Amino acid sequence: MKPNNMLAAGVISLALAILLPLTVLGSSSAGVIAFVVLVLAALWAVYTIEKRRALLTSLIGVIAAIAYPLVFNSTEATTIMFFALLYVAIASSWNIIGGFTGYISLGHAAFFGLGAYTIALVADRLGLSGGYGLFAVALLGGVAAGLFAIPMGYIALRLRTIHSFVIVTIAFLFMYQLLAFNLQDATNGSSGLAVPQPDWSGAFFNIPFYFAALLLAVLTVGLAAWIRNSRFGLGLMAIRDDEDKAAGVGVDTWKHKFTAYVISAVPIGIAGAIYAYFSSYIYPQTVFDPMIDLTIVLSAFLGGMGTLLGPILGSLVLQPAQQLLTLYTGAAGWDLVLFGVLFLVVILLMPSGIVPTVVERMRRARVQEAVRKADALSQDAVPDAAAEGGQG
Amino acid sequence: MDLVFGSVVLGILSGGIYALMAVGLTLSFGVLEVINIAQGMLVLVGAYFSFALEHYWHIDPLVGLLVTIPALFLIGYGIEWAFLRPLRQDRVALSILVTYAVALVMEGLIGLWFGDNFVAIHAWYVDAAVDVFGLYIPYIYILGFALAIVLLGAVYLLLYRTKFGAALRATVQNRDAAVLIGIDVQRISTLTFAIATGLTAAGGMLFGATNAFNANSMLDLISRLLMIIILGGMGSMGGALIASLIMLVSVDVVSVVWTPNWSTFAFFVITVVVMVLRPQGLFGAPPARKV
Repeated sequence: MKPNNMLAAGVISLALAILLPLTVLGSSSAGVIAFVVLVLAALWAVYTIEKRRALLTSLIGVIAAIAYPLVFNSTEATTIMFFALLYVAIASSWNIIGGFTGYISLGHAAFFGLGAYTIALVADRLGLSGGYGLFAVALLGGVAAGLFAIPMGYIALRLRTIHSFVIVTIAFLFMYQLLAFNLQDATNGSSGLAVPQPDWSGAFFNIPFYFAALLLAVLTVGLAAWIRNSRFGLGLMAIRDDEDKAAGVGVDTWKHKFTAYVISAVPIGIAGAIYAYFSSYIYPQTVFDPMIDLTIVLSAFLGGMGTLLGPILGSLVLQPAQQLLTLYTGAAGWDLVLFGVLFLVVILLMPSGIVPTVVERMRRARVQEAVRKADALSQDAVPDAAAEGGQG
Repeated sequence: MDLVFGSVVLGILSGGIYALMAVGLTLSFGVLEVINIAQGMLVLVGAYFSFALEHYWHIDPLVGLLVTIPALFLIGYGIEWAFLRPLRQDRVALSILVTYAVALVMEGLIGLWFGDNFVAIHAWYVDAAVDVFGLYIPYIYILGFALAIVLLGAVYLLLYRTKFGAALRATVQNRDAAVLIGIDVQRISTLTFAIATGLTAAGGMLFGATNAFNANSMLDLISRLLMIIILGGMGSMGGALIASLIMLVSVDVVSVVWTPNWSTFAFFVITVVVMVLRPQGLFGAPPARKV
């Protein structure tokens, strides 16, 4: 590990330690503790990733996440973590195609929007009212996203080069946004659509949404973990490393990429539907928003693309940081600038993301330790040998 | 019928302006192997620069290019030196992130400086129109098209008639081989990016004179420019020109014969259809298989 990367790791840990508690400091100190536990769990997860204690670590993470709203139930605090968890699900799901195969899609916000419009339209046409039942309708958002992903994946993945794939996925996103603006009979155009609201009141309002997001996040991470450890996942990562060689050793690359693309659309569709339900009103520009894609990619990248923990850690850091920046500097207009600068610094100092950098650093440290021990041993041995030589 | 003819003419003229904005993008892709998401924002930086010169100091936008082109050349030089040169592996993916972050910073700064009201660049030739066969065309479109042709011609000469151009084309063909035959690829890269950004200043001025804009126009603009270079074939300069003309003519025709609401849709439909039929774009080389 180069010294500047070490410095970066230090700066980021420090920023984490300061930023995260700050986000909740305004409300209560119990939340700070919960946050710290969560972050420690995440960091410990990074530490133990090589020691195969993933199950225990994730259990601790989930328990901390469940405890969080119970300890700490102000609306602001649960809203921040709701978004963080929603993005854990979204970024982990995106990671299945973007991280595992290296096909960086900048159009997955299309699935987010499709899910959002699905729940709004279904609720409207069937005259549903708000309540726990609408969470079941949110699943339909995932189904819709998956169905739409089939032709989209078919077209986008015909392009063998990754940069063409990137650009076509952007084209898809803007196409959907325009459709949402222009198909006024169905989508109500730029006036947007309302989603029926539940009659939960006060601070409790966020709780069902929080747990829905948590459940989605856990299931999505589980799905990603299962794929990564399967034969299918091995094929995906072979494609990332060298697509031609992967094809050469018998990986059906097209089938792998296509399947990964369609699978990754589903949880994002569900997340879009949950978001629509939570925010009660959707507009074409807020759900088919290119900013969503960049947030996904930045979260996955920040943590480490293609790793399981990367998108989780990235989202848990990025979402509170983003909301904090908007909260404290948004009115003055500095939030975009600070956000951009923060990212430039991270990308330039840690070009492979937090998780790979930390893992690599620990591996190096262990190797160096071993080398030092070996050196010490051989140095002990050298004088003896010299002494023996002298005698002989 | 007259309307359709008019929209074709207007489409061709504004296509030239888009070509000027897109060429920078396709050049920097060809040479540096980066996708410059900041290109849309750089167009707007050029536009705002011309706007500020005209608005605050009453400098004619065309004359102002003498200031804005060198200024953006330096900005481009700085961006390449500071943010793109350090990228080693995963250049395509990382360049998207880095240039997007750069664009965000610029968008934020411009928003702080100018606010988010829509502005437009004014000059006598922007506000007056000329009668060409019964069509009233603002002078700026004709001037813009002429300027685009002149600048693109200059780039063409630079690429095909100079030693620098030969080195640049060698770098596009094969980066590693270019290094091996003694080309200073690093220097070529920085200069290419700077020249591409300098050209964008002219494109930005023309964009700002033919459209109302604010800092949020960035994403819409970059999506259109990306469609253009992918349609033309990434890295192909002639492709970018032809694709700009095709795109803008179809947008203008659709908005006349159907409705302006769906005109941008033509952009995306054309892109997707071409991608299905010809994944490498109109003038792109088919992707080479790595050995």
